[in-house]
Amino acid sequence: MALQKPGSEAFGKSLKRTFMRTAFINTLIKLAEKDKRIYLLTGDLGFSVFETFAKKFPERFINCGVAEQNMMGVAAGLALEGKKPYVYSIVPFVTMRCLEQIRNDVAYQNLDVKIVGVGGGVSYGELGATHHAMEDAGIMRLLPNFQVFCPGDPLEAEKLMLASYKSPSPSFMRLNRGGDKMIHKRGDKIEIGKPFIMEKGKTGAIVVNGIFLRIGKEVSDNLKSLGHEFKFISLPTLKPVDRNSLYKELKDYKVIFSMEEHNVLGGLGTLISETMAERGWSGRIKKIALPDEFFSKTGKAEYIRRKYRMTSEQIIKTILKTITKK
Amino acid sequence: MSRLIQAWFSDIILSMSLKETAKEIRKNVLKMTFKSQTSHIGSSLSCIEILTVLYFKILKVDLKNPFSEKRDRFVLSKGHAVASLYSTLAQKGFFPLKELDCYCKDGKKMPGHSTKRSMPGVEVTTGALGHGLPIATGMALALKKDKRNQRVFVLMSDGECDEGSNWEAALFAGHHKLDNLTSIIDYNKLQAFGRTNKVLNLEPLAKKWESFGWQVKEVDGHNLEDLEKNLSKIPFKKGKPSLLIAHTVKGKGVSFMENKLEWHYKNLDQKLLEKALKELS
Repeated sequence: MALQKPGSEAFGKSLKRTFMRTAFINTLIKLAEKDKRIYLLTGDLGFSVFETFAKKFPERFINCGVAEQNMMGVAAGLALEGKKPYVYSIVPFVTMRCLEQIRNDVAYQNLDVKIVGVGGGVSYGELGATHHAMEDAGIMRLLPNFQVFCPGDPLEAEKLMLASYKSPSPSFMRLNRGGDKMIHKRGDKIEIGKPFIMEKGKTGAIVVNGIFLRIGKEVSDNLKSLGHEFKFISLPTLKPVDRNSLYKELKDYKVIFSMEEHNVLGGLGTLISETMAERGWSGRIKKIALPDEFFSKTGKAEYIRRKYRMTSEQIIKTILKTITKK
Repeated sequence: MSRLIQAWFSDIILSMSLKETAKEIRKNVLKMTFKSQTSHIGSSLSCIEILTVLYFKILKVDLKNPFSEKRDRFVLSKGHAVASLYSTLAQKGFFPLKELDCYCKDGKKMPGHSTKRSMPGVEVTTGALGHGLPIATGMALALKKDKRNQRVFVLMSDGECDEGSNWEAALFAGHHKLDNLTSIIDYNKLQAFGRTNKVLNLEPLAKKWESFGWQVKEVDGHNLEDLEKNLSKIPFKKGKPSLLIAHTVKGKGVSFMENKLEWHYKNLDQKLLEKALKELS
């Protein structure tokens, strides 16, 4: 089979485009049309997603090769010269492989570098734990100056991208791998650091990010039909978070469920625990998250979630058990 | 009055020969590291001539507007030698020599590794090795894309050539034909815990860089004339990044420090400082 030339139409159509990545690249193309400072750097990934950008802005598309440490340093250098680089790869490679470059070159120098990682959580399930993103939110939260986002649908990705574009701070955004369903309504107001209330309810509160916007919504809708109305909150920002607003939304509940596809340590559940405990709230936080271990067998994302009791049916059972326990 | 003194002072500096300038920079490094009781003296002394030639003969700088867009960029990748950079910048007139007293002092703004804009003229934060070249490569790429004439210079240590990130950058700069990028290796043959050829042999160093697409020259890194001659003709070859391997001596200029590993770590006491300064006067 003849190879298709990058940028050709046949090349772009050869694979079905994934939804959240498409939201990212379409937003970036729109921004890049107006802002010549925008560069897109990739660690040799983006097949079937970046061809349009590469064709439109060949001078500002740089495939840095499989060399993430240099890619991050180059991004810092570009930013020092006034450019706005977006740096892309699969989550572990664009965070942990070049973590010291992110810390020293980008965070410490407080440079306008936007890091975008694809494959949040176990979305690359069957490829094994080398490709899983279980630690990224926790690690990136620890870096001063950084904004950290974990959007749950294409709208959150787009809105947070537009908001972070306006800020000169460095940021990290974790995208899901797949064709994520639109959960929000088009007009929903998504802001950096603000919890977004999707549903109101009195039984308890559910706070989600990433892929759990969709799964959590299924949970919340099902619980509602069973007569349990939960406040359902999307919190796609992990840093900086308006903790007072978050506290205000949660303080009247006795039980809070956090849901995220991340190690139970260091991510959304930890953020909520810190926020609530620091403000004197006493209640229970039940964390639906990946356990602190590597998933060393093989399995697709859905299989791994089932293994860890993270599918919507399993979570509903956990919640019902928790709220009925005296 | 103070302005008069300043003018008188810069006249003196202007009339100083390059050799004398290097000597003053070297003496101040000794005084700074003594006053702050800090280390990395050997690493700072091996690159004094390189910095002197760069700042007094090669780099286009603007003392009134140190971060002017029209300046040549300099990245100190061996960030632990920042005492020699501060000393050179002060000698050049970026800030008063008196400020060198703040080096590594509590609450002051001159840390012991190169820190972006800590002082006028300090471009980039380094300290962890293997970061300067990738950053400089990004800067050179941006200048190239914008079709601007400014050049980017990097000073690396030999020990830091162990870091893989440098070789990623070397590959990238060669691939993108960044002939506005010049790197200088301060090849003093000693790294933190041994001789470079014993710890992790770099040889054949020139051939390695050449095979990555760089044009390489070698020079005696303490010979001011040769350094100037080489750095005046860059790029060494159009369409290629330039690498100058500067053969140097760690601890250069102070007999009891030269080629001694321990002066990566040791501090000066009053007696040794006096002895060292006497050798230089």
